[in-house]
Amino acid sequence: MSDTIKEPIVQFIDVHKSFGDVKVLKGIDLDIKPGEKVAVIGPSGSGKTTIIRMLMTLEEPTSGDILVEGNNLWKMSKKGKQVRANEKHLRNIRGDIGMVFQHFNLFPHMSILDNCMTAPVNVKKEDKNEVRERSIQMLERVGLGDKLNNYPSQLSGGQKQRVAMARALVMRPKIMLFDEVTSALDPELVGEVLEVIRDIAKNDDMAMVLVTHEMDFALDIADKVLFLDEGVIAEQGTASDVIEHSENERLQTFLRRFRSV
Amino acid sequence: MNYWSWETFSEALPMVLQGLGITVGLTFSCYAFALLFGFVWTFLRRIPNKLIHWIVTWTMEFIRSTPPLVQLFFIFYAWPMIPGIGVTLSPFTSAILGLGLHFSTYIGEIYRSGIESVDKGQWEASRALNFSVFDKWKKIILPQALPPTIPMLGNYFIIMFKEVPLASTIGVAGILHMANTYGARNWAYLEPLTIVGIIFLLLSYPSAILIKKLEVKMNTRFDKKAALENVKKGAVM
Ligand SMILES: Nc1ncnc2c1ncn2[C@@H]1O[C@H](COP(=O)(O)OP(=O)(O)OP(=O)(O)O)[C@@H](O)[C@H]1O
Ligand SMILES: [Mg+2]
Repeated sequence: MSDTIKEPIVQFIDVHKSFGDVKVLKGIDLDIKPGEKVAVIGPSGSGKTTIIRMLMTLEEPTSGDILVEGNNLWKMSKKGKQVRANEKHLRNIRGDIGMVFQHFNLFPHMSILDNCMTAPVNVKKEDKNEVRERSIQMLERVGLGDKLNNYPSQLSGGQKQRVAMARALVMRPKIMLFDEVTSALDPELVGEVLEVIRDIAKNDDMAMVLVTHEMDFALDIADKVLFLDEGVIAEQGTASDVIEHSENERLQTFLRRFRSV
Repeated sequence: MNYWSWETFSEALPMVLQGLGITVGLTFSCYAFALLFGFVWTFLRRIPNKLIHWIVTWTMEFIRSTPPLVQLFFIFYAWPMIPGIGVTLSPFTSAILGLGLHFSTYIGEIYRSGIESVDKGQWEASRALNFSVFDKWKKIILPQALPPTIPMLGNYFIIMFKEVPLASTIGVAGILHMANTYGARNWAYLEPLTIVGIIFLLLSYPSAILIKKLEVKMNTRFDKKAALENVKKGAVM
Protein backbone atom coordinates (compact mmCIF):
# COMPACT_ATOMS: atom_id res chain seq x y z
CA MET A 1 0.00 0.00 0.00
CA SER A 2 2.70 2.44 0.90
CA ASP A 3 5.96 2.81 -0.90
CA THR A 4 9.42 3.68 0.21
CA ILE A 5 9.56 7.27 -1.03
CA LYS A 6 7.17 8.72 1.55
CA GLU A 7 8.50 10.39 4.68
CA PRO A 8 7.52 8.47 7.81
CA ILE A 9 4.52 9.86 9.64
CA VAL A 10 5.76 8.37 12.92
CA GLN A 11 9.31 7.76 14.01
CA PHE A 12 10.55 6.23 17.24
CA ILE A 13 14.22 6.98 17.85
CA ASP A 14 15.90 4.96 20.58
CA VAL A 15 12.86 5.13 22.84
CA HIS A 16 13.22 3.73 26.34
CA LYS A 17 10.55 3.35 28.96
CA SER A 18 10.82 2.28 32.57
CA PHE A 19 8.17 2.00 35.25
CA GLY A 20 10.09 2.62 38.44
CA ASP A 21 13.04 0.26 38.29
CA VAL A 22 11.48 -1.98 35.68
CA LYS A 23 12.86 -1.38 32.20
CA VAL A 24 10.01 -2.18 29.85
CA LEU A 25 11.27 -0.79 26.55
CA LYS A 26 15.00 -0.79 25.88
CA GLY A 27 15.56 1.14 22.71
CA ILE A 28 12.75 1.14 20.17
CA ASP A 29 13.52 2.36 16.65
CA LEU A 30 10.59 2.37 14.34
CA ASP A 31 9.30 4.08 11.20
CA ILE A 32 5.67 4.15 10.19
CA LYS A 33 4.81 5.55 6.79
CA PRO A 34 1.60 7.38 5.99
CA GLY A 35 -1.14 4.86 5.43
CA GLU A 36 0.96 1.96 6.57
CA LYS A 37 -0.74 -0.83 8.53
CA VAL A 38 1.52 -2.11 11.27
CA ALA A 39 0.76 -5.09 13.47
CA VAL A 40 2.57 -5.44 16.79
CA ILE A 41 2.83 -8.91 18.25
CA GLY A 42 4.75 -10.32 21.17
CA PRO A 43 4.41 -12.07 24.50
CA SER A 44 2.39 -10.61 27.33
CA GLY A 45 4.31 -7.89 29.17
CA SER A 46 6.69 -7.24 26.28
CA GLY A 47 5.58 -3.60 26.09
CA LYS A 48 3.19 -3.57 23.11
CA THR A 49 0.58 -1.48 24.86
CA THR A 50 3.24 0.83 26.24
CA ILE A 51 4.47 1.64 22.73
CA ILE A 52 1.12 2.83 21.49
CA ARG A 53 0.26 4.56 24.76
CA MET A 54 3.38 6.69 24.40
CA LEU A 55 2.27 7.65 20.91
CA MET A 56 -1.20 8.52 22.24
CA THR A 57 0.52 10.68 24.92
CA LEU A 58 -0.90 8.54 27.72
CA GLU A 59 2.58 7.57 28.85
CA GLU A 60 5.78 9.59 28.67
CA PRO A 61 8.97 7.95 27.40
CA THR A 62 11.87 7.79 29.82
CA SER A 63 14.28 8.72 27.03
CA GLY A 64 14.44 8.92 23.26
CA ASP A 65 12.29 10.74 20.74
CA ILE A 66 8.96 10.13 19.10
CA LEU A 67 8.36 12.21 15.97
CA VAL A 68 4.97 12.70 14.42
CA GLU A 69 5.19 14.24 10.96
CA GLY A 70 8.66 15.40 11.92
CA ASN A 71 7.52 17.12 15.14
CA ASN A 72 8.97 15.92 18.39
CA LEU A 73 5.97 14.72 20.38
CA TRP A 74 7.30 14.85 23.92
CA LYS A 75 9.75 17.72 23.54
CA MET A 76 9.43 21.29 22.38
CA SER A 77 11.81 24.16 22.05
CA LYS A 78 11.65 27.09 24.35
CA LYS A 79 14.10 29.96 24.00
CA GLY A 80 16.23 27.77 21.77
CA LYS A 81 16.38 25.00 24.34
CA GLN A 82 14.67 21.64 24.14
CA VAL A 83 12.28 21.21 27.06
CA ARG A 84 9.54 18.81 28.09
CA ALA A 85 6.37 19.28 26.06
CA ASN A 86 3.49 21.08 27.72
CA GLU A 87 -0.18 20.23 27.31
CA LYS A 88 -0.61 22.77 24.49
CA HIS A 89 2.18 21.22 22.47
CA LEU A 90 0.80 17.73 23.06
CA ARG A 91 -2.68 18.83 22.03
CA ASN A 92 -1.41 20.23 18.76
CA ILE A 93 0.06 16.91 17.72
CA ARG A 94 -2.40 14.58 19.42
CA GLY A 95 -5.21 15.75 17.17
CA ASP A 96 -3.80 13.60 14.36
CA ILE A 97 -3.90 10.44 16.43
CA GLY A 98 -6.86 8.30 17.43
CA MET A 99 -7.08 5.26 19.63
CA VAL A 100 -9.40 2.34 20.24
CA PHE A 101 -9.07 0.76 23.67
CA GLN A 102 -9.33 -2.79 24.88
CA HIS A 103 -12.20 -1.84 27.19
CA PHE A 104 -13.93 0.52 24.75
CA ASN A 105 -14.05 3.49 27.15
CA LEU A 106 -17.26 4.85 25.70
CA PHE A 107 -18.85 7.73 27.56
CA PRO A 108 -21.67 6.06 29.50
CA HIS A 109 -23.64 9.27 30.03
CA MET A 110 -23.98 9.99 26.31
CA SER A 111 -25.96 8.33 23.56
CA ILE A 112 -24.08 6.45 20.86
CA LEU A 113 -24.50 9.38 18.50
CA ASP A 114 -23.29 11.89 21.10
CA ASN A 115 -20.30 9.69 21.83
CA CYS A 116 -19.29 10.17 18.19
CA MET A 117 -20.20 13.84 17.98
CA THR A 118 -18.78 15.27 21.17
CA ALA A 119 -15.12 15.49 20.18
CA PRO A 120 -15.51 16.89 16.65
CA VAL A 121 -17.97 19.48 17.96
CA ASN A 122 -16.26 20.42 21.23
CA VAL A 123 -12.63 19.82 20.38
CA LYS A 124 -12.40 20.59 16.68
CA LYS A 125 -15.26 23.12 16.77
CA GLU A 126 -16.75 21.67 13.62
CA ASP A 127 -20.25 22.40 12.42
CA LYS A 128 -22.74 20.40 14.45
CA ASN A 129 -25.01 19.38 11.58
CA GLU A 130 -22.12 18.32 9.43
CA VAL A 131 -20.69 16.29 12.33
CA ARG A 132 -24.06 14.69 13.00
CA GLU A 133 -24.35 13.56 9.40
CA ARG A 134 -20.82 12.22 9.37
CA SER A 135 -21.35 10.42 12.67
CA ILE A 136 -24.52 8.78 11.44
CA GLN A 137 -22.74 7.66 8.27
CA MET A 138 -19.90 6.27 10.33
CA LEU A 139 -22.24 4.43 12.68
CA GLU A 140 -24.06 2.99 9.68
CA ARG A 141 -20.76 1.90 8.28
CA VAL A 142 -20.01 -0.09 11.44
CA GLY A 143 -23.51 -1.53 11.35
CA LEU A 144 -25.09 0.49 14.16
CA GLY A 145 -27.27 2.89 12.22
CA ASP A 146 -30.28 1.68 14.21
CA LYS A 147 -28.75 2.35 17.64
CA LEU A 148 -28.04 6.08 17.42
CA ASN A 149 -30.04 7.00 20.49
CA ASN A 150 -29.12 4.01 22.61
CA TYR A 151 -26.73 4.29 25.51
CA PRO A 152 -23.53 2.25 25.72
CA SER A 153 -24.87 0.14 28.59
CA GLN A 154 -27.55 -1.17 26.23
CA LEU A 155 -25.03 -2.60 23.74
CA SER A 156 -23.07 -5.83 23.52
CA GLY A 157 -19.29 -5.72 23.78
CA GLY A 158 -18.88 -6.08 20.05
CA GLN A 159 -21.29 -3.27 19.40
CA LYS A 160 -19.53 -1.06 21.94
CA GLN A 161 -16.22 -1.66 20.27
CA ARG A 162 -17.70 -0.77 16.89
CA VAL A 163 -19.02 2.49 18.36
CA ALA A 164 -15.57 3.17 19.76
CA MET A 165 -14.12 2.77 16.29
CA ALA A 166 -16.73 5.05 14.75
CA ARG A 167 -16.01 7.61 17.46
CA ALA A 168 -12.30 7.57 16.67
CA LEU A 169 -12.87 7.65 12.90
CA VAL A 170 -15.19 10.67 12.99
CA MET A 171 -12.18 12.66 14.22
CA ARG A 172 -10.42 11.82 10.92
CA PRO A 173 -7.07 10.92 12.46
CA LYS A 174 -3.99 10.32 10.33
CA ILE A 175 -2.90 7.54 12.65
CA MET A 176 -5.18 5.06 14.40
CA LEU A 177 -4.03 2.91 17.28
CA PHE A 178 -5.76 -0.31 18.29
CA ASP A 179 -4.85 -2.00 21.57
CA GLU A 180 -6.08 -5.58 21.54
CA VAL A 181 -9.51 -4.36 20.73
CA THR A 182 -11.00 -7.84 20.59
CA SER A 183 -9.48 -9.39 23.67
CA ALA A 184 -12.20 -8.23 26.07
CA LEU A 185 -14.93 -9.67 23.85
CA ASP A 186 -16.80 -12.95 23.94
CA PRO A 187 -15.36 -15.18 21.21
CA GLU A 188 -18.50 -15.04 19.09
CA LEU A 189 -18.29 -11.23 18.93
CA VAL A 190 -14.67 -11.03 17.78
CA GLY A 191 -15.52 -11.57 14.12
CA GLU A 192 -17.79 -8.57 13.71
CA VAL A 193 -15.14 -6.24 15.16
CA LEU A 194 -12.35 -7.67 13.01
CA GLU A 195 -14.55 -7.19 9.96
CA VAL A 196 -14.82 -3.49 10.70
CA ILE A 197 -11.06 -3.18 11.16
CA ARG A 198 -10.48 -5.04 7.91
CA ASP A 199 -12.88 -2.64 6.19
CA ILE A 200 -11.04 0.38 7.60
CA ALA A 201 -7.66 -1.07 6.69
CA LYS A 202 -8.72 -1.75 3.10
CA ASN A 203 -10.60 1.49 2.45
CA ASP A 204 -9.15 4.26 4.60
CA ASP A 205 -5.77 5.76 3.96
CA MET A 206 -4.74 6.46 7.55
CA ALA A 207 -1.81 4.70 9.16
CA MET A 208 -2.80 1.99 11.62
CA VAL A 209 -0.95 0.37 14.47
CA LEU A 210 -2.63 -2.76 15.77
CA VAL A 211 -1.57 -4.59 18.86
CA THR A 212 -3.15 -7.96 18.45
CA HIS A 213 -3.09 -11.60 19.32
CA GLU A 214 -5.11 -12.47 16.22
CA MET A 215 -2.19 -13.81 14.17
CA ASP A 216 -4.08 -14.76 11.01
CA PHE A 217 -5.81 -11.44 10.98
CA ALA A 218 -2.54 -9.57 11.42
CA LEU A 219 -0.99 -11.58 8.62
CA ASP A 220 -3.88 -10.71 6.39
CA ILE A 221 -4.06 -6.94 6.78
CA ALA A 222 -0.64 -5.75 7.93
CA ASP A 223 1.97 -4.22 5.63
CA LYS A 224 4.48 -4.68 8.38
CA VAL A 225 4.65 -6.89 11.44
CA LEU A 226 6.77 -6.13 14.51
CA PHE A 227 7.68 -8.83 16.97
CA LEU A 228 8.34 -7.24 20.31
CA ASP A 229 10.32 -9.24 22.81
CA GLU A 230 12.11 -8.32 26.03
CA GLY A 231 11.81 -4.62 25.38
CA VAL A 232 13.14 -4.50 21.84
CA ILE A 233 11.81 -5.06 18.35
CA ALA A 234 13.28 -8.49 17.84
CA GLU A 235 12.01 -8.95 14.31
CA GLN A 236 10.26 -6.83 11.74
CA GLY A 237 9.23 -7.12 8.14
CA THR A 238 6.31 -8.03 5.96
CA ALA A 239 3.81 -10.38 7.47
CA SER A 240 5.08 -13.37 5.58
CA ASP A 241 8.72 -12.52 6.36
CA VAL A 242 8.07 -12.38 10.05
CA ILE A 243 5.41 -14.97 10.57
CA GLU A 244 6.41 -17.61 8.05
CA HIS A 245 10.10 -17.27 7.34
CA SER A 246 11.76 -15.87 10.42
CA GLU A 247 14.44 -17.94 12.07
CA ASN A 248 14.14 -16.14 15.37
CA GLU A 249 13.92 -18.91 17.93
CA ARG A 250 11.71 -17.03 20.40
CA LEU A 251 9.39 -15.86 17.67
CA GLN A 252 8.92 -19.43 16.52
CA THR A 253 8.14 -20.54 20.06
CA PHE A 254 5.74 -17.64 20.48
CA LEU A 255 3.91 -18.45 17.26
CA ARG A 256 3.76 -22.17 17.98
CA ARG A 257 2.23 -21.55 21.35
CA PHE A 258 -0.27 -19.25 19.77
CA ARG A 259 -1.34 -21.48 17.00
CA SER A 260 -1.76 -24.50 19.23
CA VAL A 261 -4.26 -22.64 21.40
CA MET B 1 -50.26 23.01 87.51
CA ASN B 2 -50.81 23.50 83.84
CA TYR B 3 -47.91 22.30 81.70
CA TRP B 4 -49.30 22.91 78.30
CA SER B 5 -51.42 25.78 77.07
CA TRP B 6 -52.88 25.92 73.59
CA GLU B 7 -53.26 29.63 74.09
CA THR B 8 -49.53 30.05 74.53
CA PHE B 9 -49.02 27.75 71.59
CA SER B 10 -51.12 29.83 69.23
CA GLU B 11 -49.54 33.02 70.53
CA ALA B 12 -46.00 31.70 70.09
CA LEU B 13 -46.62 30.19 66.66
CA PRO B 14 -46.68 33.39 64.58
CA MET B 15 -43.64 34.71 66.36
CA VAL B 16 -41.62 31.53 65.84
CA LEU B 17 -42.72 31.40 62.21
CA GLN B 18 -41.26 34.86 61.72
CA GLY B 19 -37.87 33.22 62.02
CA LEU B 20 -38.64 30.55 59.44
CA GLY B 21 -37.54 32.65 56.49
CA ILE B 22 -34.18 33.27 58.13
CA THR B 23 -33.66 29.63 59.08
CA VAL B 24 -34.52 28.36 55.62
CA GLY B 25 -32.62 31.20 53.93
CA LEU B 26 -29.56 30.54 56.04
CA THR B 27 -29.75 26.83 55.28
CA PHE B 28 -29.80 27.43 51.54
CA SER B 29 -27.09 30.08 51.74
CA CYS B 30 -24.79 27.87 53.82
CA TYR B 31 -25.46 24.98 51.51
CA ALA B 32 -24.73 26.97 48.37
CA PHE B 33 -21.53 28.22 49.95
CA ALA B 34 -20.55 24.69 50.95
CA LEU B 35 -21.33 23.28 47.48
CA LEU B 36 -19.19 25.92 45.82
CA PHE B 37 -16.37 25.88 48.31
CA GLY B 38 -16.34 22.09 48.20
CA PHE B 39 -15.09 22.42 44.63
CA VAL B 40 -12.34 24.73 45.78
CA TRP B 41 -11.05 22.09 48.20
CA THR B 42 -11.38 19.32 45.65
CA PHE B 43 -9.45 21.15 42.96
CA LEU B 44 -6.85 22.58 45.34
CA ARG B 45 -6.10 19.04 46.43
CA ARG B 46 -5.57 17.96 42.85
CA ILE B 47 -2.73 20.40 42.30
CA PRO B 48 0.28 18.16 41.77
CA ASN B 49 2.42 19.79 44.42
CA LYS B 50 3.18 17.93 47.63
CA LEU B 51 3.35 21.02 49.82
CA ILE B 52 0.04 22.46 48.62
CA HIS B 53 -1.60 19.06 48.91
CA TRP B 54 -0.34 18.70 52.45
CA ILE B 55 -1.45 22.18 53.51
CA VAL B 56 -4.90 21.77 51.99
CA THR B 57 -5.43 18.31 53.46
CA TRP B 58 -4.51 19.45 56.95
CA THR B 59 -6.54 22.62 56.74
CA MET B 60 -9.57 20.53 55.81
CA GLU B 61 -8.82 18.10 58.58
CA PHE B 62 -8.51 20.96 61.06
CA ILE B 63 -11.80 22.55 60.03
CA ARG B 64 -13.55 19.20 60.18
CA SER B 65 -12.26 18.25 63.61
CA THR B 66 -13.20 21.51 65.31
CA PRO B 67 -16.81 21.98 66.43
CA PRO B 68 -18.82 24.27 64.17
CA LEU B 69 -19.93 26.22 67.23
CA VAL B 70 -16.34 27.12 68.03
CA GLN B 71 -15.80 28.17 64.43
CA LEU B 72 -18.88 30.35 64.55
CA PHE B 73 -17.71 32.05 67.73
CA PHE B 74 -14.27 32.50 66.28
CA ILE B 75 -15.50 34.15 63.10
CA PHE B 76 -18.03 36.31 64.89
CA TYR B 77 -16.20 37.29 68.09
CA ALA B 78 -12.50 36.61 67.65
CA TRP B 79 -11.75 37.40 64.04
CA PRO B 80 -12.72 41.10 64.25
CA MET B 81 -10.12 41.48 66.99
CA ILE B 82 -7.20 40.25 64.91
CA PRO B 83 -5.29 43.36 63.86
CA GLY B 84 -4.79 43.74 60.14
CA ILE B 85 -7.02 41.04 58.79
CA GLY B 86 -9.89 41.31 61.25
CA VAL B 87 -13.29 42.13 59.79
CA THR B 88 -16.58 42.55 61.60
CA LEU B 89 -19.32 40.55 59.93
CA SER B 90 -23.05 40.47 60.49
CA PRO B 91 -24.37 37.43 62.36
CA PHE B 92 -25.96 36.11 59.17
CA THR B 93 -22.77 36.43 57.10
CA SER B 94 -20.71 34.94 59.92
CA ALA B 95 -23.08 31.99 60.01
CA ILE B 96 -22.83 31.41 56.25
CA LEU B 97 -19.07 31.57 56.46
CA GLY B 98 -18.74 29.43 59.57
CA LEU B 99 -21.23 26.68 58.82
CA GLY B 100 -20.63 26.82 55.07
CA LEU B 101 -16.91 26.43 55.50
CA HIS B 102 -17.31 23.61 57.99
CA PHE B 103 -19.58 21.62 55.71
CA SER B 104 -17.62 22.43 52.57
CA THR B 105 -14.87 20.15 53.82
CA TYR B 106 -17.30 17.22 53.93
CA ILE B 107 -18.74 18.13 50.58
CA GLY B 108 -15.28 18.42 49.05
CA GLU B 109 -14.68 14.90 50.27
CA ILE B 110 -17.87 13.72 48.57
CA TYR B 111 -16.83 15.35 45.30
CA ARG B 112 -13.45 13.70 45.57
CA SER B 113 -14.96 10.26 45.99
CA GLY B 114 -17.26 10.92 43.05
CA ILE B 115 -14.35 11.94 40.86
CA GLU B 116 -12.29 8.96 41.92
CA SER B 117 -15.14 6.64 41.04
CA VAL B 118 -14.89 7.67 37.38
CA ASP B 119 -13.11 4.93 35.47
CA LYS B 120 -9.51 5.57 34.46
CA GLY B 121 -10.50 4.73 30.90
CA GLN B 122 -12.71 7.81 30.75
CA TRP B 123 -9.73 10.08 31.38
CA GLU B 124 -7.73 8.25 28.76
CA ALA B 125 -10.52 8.42 26.19
CA SER B 126 -10.84 12.18 26.84
CA ARG B 127 -7.16 12.48 26.22
CA ALA B 128 -7.23 10.35 23.07
CA LEU B 129 -10.03 12.53 21.71
CA ASN B 130 -7.91 15.58 22.51
CA PHE B 131 -10.31 17.32 24.88
CA SER B 132 -9.05 20.48 26.56
CA VAL B 133 -8.66 20.24 30.31
CA PHE B 134 -11.73 22.39 30.82
CA ASP B 135 -13.96 20.43 28.42
CA LYS B 136 -12.73 17.16 29.87
CA TRP B 137 -14.05 18.16 33.28
CA LYS B 138 -17.19 19.77 31.97
CA LYS B 139 -18.27 17.19 29.40
CA ILE B 140 -16.81 13.92 30.60
CA ILE B 141 -15.66 13.77 34.21
CA LEU B 142 -18.11 15.87 36.23
CA PRO B 143 -21.26 14.59 34.47
CA GLN B 144 -20.22 11.13 35.61
CA ALA B 145 -18.73 12.04 38.98
CA LEU B 146 -21.52 14.21 40.35
CA PRO B 147 -24.84 12.38 39.81
CA PRO B 148 -23.90 9.43 42.06
CA THR B 149 -23.04 11.89 44.83
CA ILE B 150 -26.43 13.64 44.77
CA PRO B 151 -28.05 11.46 47.46
CA MET B 152 -25.11 12.03 49.78
CA LEU B 153 -25.10 15.74 49.06
CA GLY B 154 -28.81 15.67 49.90
CA ASN B 155 -28.09 14.01 53.23
CA TYR B 156 -25.70 16.81 54.03
CA PHE B 157 -28.40 19.30 53.23
CA ILE B 158 -30.55 17.82 55.99
CA ILE B 159 -27.66 17.52 58.41
CA MET B 160 -26.84 21.13 57.76
CA PHE B 161 -30.43 22.23 58.19
CA LYS B 162 -30.31 20.71 61.65
CA GLU B 163 -27.08 22.52 62.50
CA VAL B 164 -28.33 25.92 61.41
CA PRO B 165 -29.91 26.69 64.86
CA LEU B 166 -26.34 27.02 66.12
CA ALA B 167 -26.44 30.41 64.47
CA SER B 168 -28.91 31.59 67.11
CA THR B 169 -25.96 31.67 69.53
CA ILE B 170 -24.51 34.61 67.64
CA GLY B 171 -27.89 36.25 67.28
CA VAL B 172 -29.22 35.11 63.91
CA ALA B 173 -32.98 35.42 64.36
CA GLY B 174 -34.07 32.04 63.07
CA ILE B 175 -36.87 29.95 64.55
CA LEU B 176 -34.87 28.81 67.57
CA HIS B 177 -33.86 32.33 68.37
CA MET B 178 -37.48 33.51 68.08
CA ALA B 179 -38.67 30.68 70.30
CA ASN B 180 -36.07 31.56 72.91
CA THR B 181 -36.98 35.21 72.78
CA TYR B 182 -40.65 34.35 73.26
CA GLY B 183 -39.76 32.01 76.08
CA ALA B 184 -37.70 34.56 77.92
CA ARG B 185 -40.32 37.22 77.53
CA ASN B 186 -43.26 35.12 78.69
CA TRP B 187 -41.52 32.53 80.80
CA ALA B 188 -42.97 29.80 78.63
CA TYR B 189 -40.53 27.60 76.80
CA LEU B 190 -42.41 24.38 76.29
CA GLU B 191 -44.78 25.52 73.56
CA PRO B 192 -42.39 27.59 71.42
CA LEU B 193 -39.66 24.96 71.54
CA THR B 194 -42.18 22.26 70.67
CA ILE B 195 -43.11 24.34 67.66
CA VAL B 196 -39.45 24.50 66.64
CA GLY B 197 -39.23 20.72 66.89
CA ILE B 198 -42.35 20.23 64.80
CA ILE B 199 -41.09 22.61 62.11
CA PHE B 200 -37.81 20.72 61.84
CA LEU B 201 -39.63 17.41 61.63
CA LEU B 202 -42.06 18.73 59.01
CA LEU B 203 -39.22 19.98 56.83
CA SER B 204 -36.60 17.26 57.30
CA TYR B 205 -38.79 14.24 56.93
CA PRO B 206 -40.15 14.98 53.45
CA SER B 207 -36.64 16.01 52.36
CA ALA B 208 -35.32 12.68 53.56
CA ILE B 209 -37.97 10.85 51.55
CA LEU B 210 -37.14 12.94 48.50
CA ILE B 211 -33.49 12.04 48.84
CA LYS B 212 -34.31 8.34 49.12
CA LYS B 213 -36.24 8.66 45.86
CA LEU B 214 -33.34 10.44 44.23
CA GLU B 215 -31.05 7.70 45.36
CA VAL B 216 -33.16 5.03 43.71
CA LYS B 217 -33.28 7.12 40.56
CA MET B 218 -29.53 7.56 40.48
CA ASN B 219 -29.08 3.87 41.05
CA THR B 220 -30.99 2.99 37.94
CA ARG B 221 -29.50 5.74 35.78
CA PHE B 222 -27.36 4.17 33.03
CA ASP B 223 -25.24 1.75 34.91
CA LYS B 224 -24.34 3.74 37.92
CA LYS B 225 -24.59 1.11 40.61
CA ALA B 226 -20.90 0.45 40.69
CA ALA B 227 -20.06 4.13 40.77
CA LEU B 228 -22.41 4.67 43.68
CA GLU B 229 -20.87 1.85 45.64
CA ASN B 230 -17.46 3.37 45.12
CA VAL B 231 -18.66 6.75 46.28
CA LYS B 232 -20.06 5.24 49.46
CA LYS B 233 -16.86 3.38 50.16
CA GLY B 234 -14.61 6.31 49.37
CA ALA B 235 -16.31 9.09 51.28
CA VAL B 236 -15.08 9.78 54.78
CA MET B 237 -18.15 10.58 56.78
N1 LIG C 1 1.47 2.15 34.63
C1 LIG C 1 2.33 1.13 34.85
N2 LIG C 1 2.99 1.04 36.02
C2 LIG C 1 3.86 0.04 36.26
N3 LIG C 1 4.14 -0.93 35.40
C3 LIG C 1 3.51 -0.92 34.21
C4 LIG C 1 2.58 0.11 33.87
N4 LIG C 1 2.11 -0.12 32.63
C5 LIG C 1 2.73 -1.25 32.21
N5 LIG C 1 3.57 -1.73 33.15
C6 LIG C 1 4.43 -2.92 33.02
O1 LIG C 1 5.14 -2.80 31.82
C7 LIG C 1 5.24 -4.05 31.18
C8 LIG C 1 4.74 -3.95 29.76
O2 LIG C 1 3.37 -3.66 29.79
P1 LIG C 1 2.47 -3.60 28.49
O3 LIG C 1 1.09 -3.40 28.95
O4 LIG C 1 3.03 -2.60 27.54
O5 LIG C 1 2.65 -5.07 27.88
P2 LIG C 1 1.88 -5.76 26.70
O6 LIG C 1 2.90 -6.22 25.75
O7 LIG C 1 0.82 -4.85 26.20
O8 LIG C 1 1.24 -7.00 27.44
P3 LIG C 1 -0.19 -7.71 27.22
O9 LIG C 1 -0.05 -8.58 26.03
O10 LIG C 1 -0.37 -8.49 28.47
O11 LIG C 1 -1.19 -6.62 27.05
C9 LIG C 1 4.49 -5.03 32.03
O12 LIG C 1 5.42 -5.73 32.82
C10 LIG C 1 3.61 -4.18 32.90
O13 LIG C 1 3.41 -4.77 34.14
MG1 LIG D 1 -1.30 -4.85 26.22
